[in-house]
Amino acid sequence: MAITKKDVEHVAKLARLGLSEEEIELFTRQLSAILDFAGSLQKLDTKNILPTSHAIPMKNVLREDKVVTCQNTEDILANAPAEEDHMFRVPRIIE
Amino acid sequence: MSYETVIGLETHAQLATESKMFCGCPTKFGAKPNTNICPVCTGQPGVLPVTNKKAIELAIKTAIALNCKIEPQSVFARKNYFYPDLPKGYQVSQYELPLATNGHLEIEVGGNIRKIGIIRVHLEEDAGKSIHQGAGRILGSASSLIDYNRTGTPLIEIVSEPDIRSPKEAAVFMQALANLLQYIGVCDAKMEEGSLRCDANLSVRERGSSEFGVRTELKNMNSFKAVEKALLFEEKRHTEVLADGGKISQETRFFDDTTNTTHGMRGKEEAHDYRYFPEPDLVPVAPDKKWVEAIRSALGELPEERKNRFIANHRLSSNDAFLLISQRATADFFEECVILLNKPKIIANWILGDLQAYLNARNLTIKQANFSPVQLVELIQLIDKGTISGKIAKTVLIKVLETGNSVKDVIAESGMTQMSDEGTLVKIVQSVLAANPKQVEQYKAGKTTIIAFLVGQVMKETKGRANPGLANKILKQELDT
Repeated sequence: MAITKKDVEHVAKLARLGLSEEEIELFTRQLSAILDFAGSLQKLDTKNILPTSHAIPMKNVLREDKVVTCQNTEDILANAPAEEDHMFRVPRIIE
Repeated sequence: MSYETVIGLETHAQLATESKMFCGCPTKFGAKPNTNICPVCTGQPGVLPVTNKKAIELAIKTAIALNCKIEPQSVFARKNYFYPDLPKGYQVSQYELPLATNGHLEIEVGGNIRKIGIIRVHLEEDAGKSIHQGAGRILGSASSLIDYNRTGTPLIEIVSEPDIRSPKEAAVFMQALANLLQYIGVCDAKMEEGSLRCDANLSVRERGSSEFGVRTELKNMNSFKAVEKALLFEEKRHTEVLADGGKISQETRFFDDTTNTTHGMRGKEEAHDYRYFPEPDLVPVAPDKKWVEAIRSALGELPEERKNRFIANHRLSSNDAFLLISQRATADFFEECVILLNKPKIIANWILGDLQAYLNARNLTIKQANFSPVQLVELIQLIDKGTISGKIAKTVLIKVLETGNSVKDVIAESGMTQMSDEGTLVKIVQSVLAANPKQVEQYKAGKTTIIAFLVGQVMKETKGRANPGLANKILKQELDT
């Protein structure tokens, strides 16, 4: 087992996911299997390979500092669970 | 037991760009809520952020001005956490590979120059703004309203070494940093408006110890004064707890500017687990030497270089030079005066003395005051010519600053020209001598230094208008005959 039940509970909490006891059991097994599989990469010698965060080696992809106003801000606001004074209304932030 | 305070500051500065960090939305302050937003900055599915070139340039500018090493390659990372003002569920920041590292900023505290180390300068994006309803603070609010206009505004984070040793030093550091950022045009650096923000870490240890004490992190300071007050409160709290044999727990505390106290922010402190990983939508920033050099040369003379030039060329003390350069406008004012009149020391004294005192008392900058280098030079020249005394000149300066009238007009209107007419002065001297027989006797008995007192009396009689040299001469004539 690459991870424990406790790890799954912790990750679920960080992701704001409520999991049942059965789901925690299931995901502990499944995630462990995935990590074990990915762990096979550890056997490779990567001493001379730089960490890769992109498949294509590109750098400095930049845009000029120009304002381009968005035409559908109302559509974005329409996604709000509730709206008030043109703002997104959410449950109070801290109990 | 004697304690030592250790402070480190994390400063966030909004970069003066027109558009946001990764999209074209305007960064302008004060727009109607949620009008400066788009699919990119609100984290809609399938969008692709592209980095603002100007933001990178401004960050490099800052790093150069803070004497940092620009890293050959820096990488954006996702800092994952849930908060309603963060629509994507992560903040794009830099983690393992920041833009720049290992710099310093010089500050002046109580006549001493202190060098405060800078650990790193990195780029990130700002979050939105929340307004808590139902109460003034987060606690007790019924609901919160979110405005995403600020979301995605480019920020730089500047992390200092724990080199700061007092709340006063921390406030001076923030002010110096704000001045520098304004100087180089990176940020308008207004703490009250939130374009410059700071979190402070404070710990207290036994003096002489090389270990750090347990630290607390302070948030919500909205002015330079607030930074100092929050740290003063926290310094006292730490010292008292430790002196009682107690323990400080590591936590984030919130500054309340109505009571000047700090209090813990969360009931149960959760360990932050941001799960940083490289942002797959953005490619690394690798500024080549040519680009960095171009930015460096466009930057012109930096405050520290200017200070050294003032010391070398104008023979100013390092303290005077430091004070002059701490605001770009003041240094410019000084240089314009020196071009008109080559008396740098006298000019510096006027600027740092009476002029600065007037400005400070009214919370004005030299630019806001209705006063030009030509006027200051004119004033100094009138003293040199003997038209007005140095003492009167101080009054004239204030009148000019208050009314905005010309130096000549102020002098003419108030009849403050120096009294250099011998006949009138002789009469005044004679009456002063008649009124002070005791001092006259002392003079005649050989205590000639008493003449300074008598000159003072003449100055008083003439309300400072007498030419002191002439008064001295006439007094001597009268006393010696």
